[in-house]
Amino acid sequence: MRISVTVDGTTYNDDVEPRLLLVHYLRDRLGKVGTVIGCDTSNCGACTVHLNGYSVKSCSVLAVQADGGDVTTVEGLSRDGKLHPVQEAFRDNHALQCGFCTPGMIMQTIDLLAEDPHPDELAVRHGLEGNLCRCTGYQNIVKAVQDAAHRLEAKAGAPKADSAEAVR
Amino acid sequence: MTATAEPEIGKARVRKEDEHLITGRTRWTDNIVLPGLQHIAILRSPVAHARITAIDTTAARGMPGVVAVFTGADLAAEQGSLPNAWPITEDMKAPAAPSLAVDTVNFAGEAVAVVVARSAYEAQDALEGIDVDYDDLPVVLDLAAAAADGAELVHPDLGTNVSAVWTFDSAAAGTGGDVEDAIRDGEVVLRRTYRQQRLIPAFMEPRSVVVDPTGPQLTVWSATQIPHILKLMLAMTLDIPEHKVRVIAPDVGGGFGGKLQVTPEEVIALLVARRLGKPVKYTESRSESMLAAHHGRDQIQKLTLAARRDGTVTGLKVELLADMGAYLRLVTSGIPILGAFMFNGIYKFPAYHFTCTNVFTNKVPTDAYRGAGRPEATFAIERMMDELAAELSRDPLELRAQNWITHEEFPFDTVAGLTYDSGNYEAATAQARELFDYDALRREQAERRERNDPVQLGIGTSTFTEMCGLAPSRVLGSLSYGAGGWEHAAIRMLPTGKVEVVTGSSPHGQGHETAWSQIVADQLGVPFEDVEVIHGDTQSSPRGLDTYGSRSLAVGAVAVVKAAEKVIAKAKPFAAHMMECAEDDLEFTDGRFRVTGTEKAVTLAEVALAVFAAHDLPDGLEPNLDSEATYDPDNFSFPHGTHLCATDVDTETGEVRIRSYVCVDDIGHVVNPLIVDGQVHGGLAQGIAQALYEEAVHDESGTLLSGSFAEYLLPSAVDLPMFTTGRTETPATTNPLGVKGVGEAGTIASTPAVVNAIIDAVRHLGVSDIEMPCSPMRVWQAIQTAEGGAR
Repeated sequence: MRISVTVDGTTYNDDVEPRLLLVHYLRDRLGKVGTVIGCDTSNCGACTVHLNGYSVKSCSVLAVQADGGDVTTVEGLSRDGKLHPVQEAFRDNHALQCGFCTPGMIMQTIDLLAEDPHPDELAVRHGLEGNLCRCTGYQNIVKAVQDAAHRLEAKAGAPKADSAEAVR
Repeated sequence: MTATAEPEIGKARVRKEDEHLITGRTRWTDNIVLPGLQHIAILRSPVAHARITAIDTTAARGMPGVVAVFTGADLAAEQGSLPNAWPITEDMKAPAAPSLAVDTVNFAGEAVAVVVARSAYEAQDALEGIDVDYDDLPVVLDLAAAAADGAELVHPDLGTNVSAVWTFDSAAAGTGGDVEDAIRDGEVVLRRTYRQQRLIPAFMEPRSVVVDPTGPQLTVWSATQIPHILKLMLAMTLDIPEHKVRVIAPDVGGGFGGKLQVTPEEVIALLVARRLGKPVKYTESRSESMLAAHHGRDQIQKLTLAARRDGTVTGLKVELLADMGAYLRLVTSGIPILGAFMFNGIYKFPAYHFTCTNVFTNKVPTDAYRGAGRPEATFAIERMMDELAAELSRDPLELRAQNWITHEEFPFDTVAGLTYDSGNYEAATAQARELFDYDALRREQAERRERNDPVQLGIGTSTFTEMCGLAPSRVLGSLSYGAGGWEHAAIRMLPTGKVEVVTGSSPHGQGHETAWSQIVADQLGVPFEDVEVIHGDTQSSPRGLDTYGSRSLAVGAVAVVKAAEKVIAKAKPFAAHMMECAEDDLEFTDGRFRVTGTEKAVTLAEVALAVFAAHDLPDGLEPNLDSEATYDPDNFSFPHGTHLCATDVDTETGEVRIRSYVCVDDIGHVVNPLIVDGQVHGGLAQGIAQALYEEAVHDESGTLLSGSFAEYLLPSAVDLPMFTTGRTETPATTNPLGVKGVGEAGTIASTPAVVNAIIDAVRHLGVSDIEMPCSPMRVWQAIQTAEGGAR
């Protein structure tokens, strides 16, 4: 099937098998290997990307379902060489160790903060329930998400378009 | 050692590693694409024990994209036997361990056939086209039954399911008294049996391997903790000249012991690539990983503790059954032995006996999982100390204090034959008590018990130590381990003053690049940013023994320090020549050689440039500052700590909620507190998961029921609390950095802290044990049974 998908700002036109998963399309066809696969039951969330502004587990979406859509992966977050505030918060709070779950965690965090810009600890934990991490015990991830919320709030004083873009 | 004005060691440096991990510019093995790359899929046995009577691959060979299909018979002549490096006794029984099963399968998930295709999807599809006939054999699953006389056999040719029996006895070793005397004379004798359930390491990155046979060397990329050991073992197992193999561990997504292995999949990929003359890739699915990557723990501990009525412990006897699974993988047989020296914990009781019986079953092999032997031992002794406290109506911390080694008594020769170099259990415990508000929680517990609150409060204590920093080669040799425990480092001084540090310790999340940079910055007086740490490739880092057993800092980083000292020593005569002074007049501080008592100085960078140019050097000196060092420690290191856990246990539903968790760890000097806290948090999560959530469950046919993240309960963010971490710093006396290692501490200490807390909450109802994981069902049933018994 012929699909047209915009990924991290570039539009791709491709023939794909109907069964091809979005995550395999991203990794194997587009070389977007920053997005990774951690399980085969949609439990771990390592493959989380944004499709049309909302987080999806790209192992549970067919590439053809993304036809006409706009996908953002972890590789498309930094702008003009500047990290996204959520990326900065993960680094500064040591919210990653091996880093394998990190792309999914960051993408899910951005989605979470778009829905709830000031989550308390419990809201953060519930918001990330579908993303597994084996290294950190989640403590620094929770801290990073709350830190990112502050950073985004500080940025929100700046032009609106930027903050909406930054959040979604 | 030299000090910079503001030492890097001790700084909470943000990690160098993170930039590429948070932006997705990563190099996981599964990302690798090479010209002509072929993809492998593996057909796995659906049954736990059977004879393979026929394999028909005809249909698969005709399927789209399929390049080749191989069975065990096809590879039998070249695949050798997967290595076991730890023959714990001279008469240890070790079955041949084929990578691809030839005539029998011994666990569900064992590899039976391999499809090679142009795409991963096509390879996977073609597995459907392979028809295998199995003739069922008796399935051996129960550990105790397998060890008994007359049991059905996993490997009939061995004549027994017992692989080895290994014993340590303090009377025989001359390290203490006779435990049977202690038990006979004990005023209190407690007998308990605890089960360490089977666990799955569950690193987040599934294992993956790429093999390129097209160059002069076979190049193997693998998601492994042990590129150096893997290279050696592939060479030995497959009879390949060692210099014809190169192993690269690129970005590796977690290990926890689970990637401390020479895997069937690595061997299969290598053999297939060699046959085809083309690069191949194999990446496992999570379901395959749960089935076929080695598991951890799986022991039954029969414990007898003797004490006087005043609370003084007089002896401990440990009779262990350890489930090997179907084969002995790399260090399967030695895992229980790593615990043998730790059952005495931080205590100084005078008599100890340990016997371990290693047993085969028709399950995937067990092997290293975070802590490896030491969590099991710590669980046993710390649970027993709480049992003794309950028996004698004593406060569990007070009882521990009565029995532990006091800080004046170090170095201390233990009943298990080790020498603990340092420690301060009093200080760690005092800090933990305060952070936890121990007395207030005890008061609240009494009040809630008094008013019969349906949700009862429990307080669990765990005062642990561990032997880590594996390890002195001579000690490993005395335990019949197949390799040493040294580590290697090299430092290259570049002409511009930048520094390349090559380490043999291969990280997968621990933060070596950051920590090693901090250490080298202090040693050489160069900026943190000017240090590049190189690892994980046997070509650029040819010598090393890799990362496990909390050894990287205590062994690997010490090698880095030694190499740095050599760089300075090498640079000194050049500096003296440059400033026309005697070497003895020079002092090295803050990256400068200074003529003592003057302002005259040259920087190390200036010396490096002069040595590079080599225009004007002293006669007879090689123009090179690069240095290397191999460090073999004299002793293990012994981190310790006090962990306190408060749980709310709903006696009506069995639900357990961790209300607070305080740990005070003493890991000696801290290089980077940010990294240390992260290691502790992650370790705690895994230990708590053993106490509350995780278990590999098989049905009666040997099928793994908990074979995905839907059934195997890896904790999510909602399942864990915030932890309070504290530290005391009693430096190790056995290495120049005074460091001990932190990778396993949290996992080792936390499991008994949580279970002790649960039991403490319901002990007044008559419950003294709940099998792990302490699920709501198990807790509720234990309460019901106890109350039923009381009625």
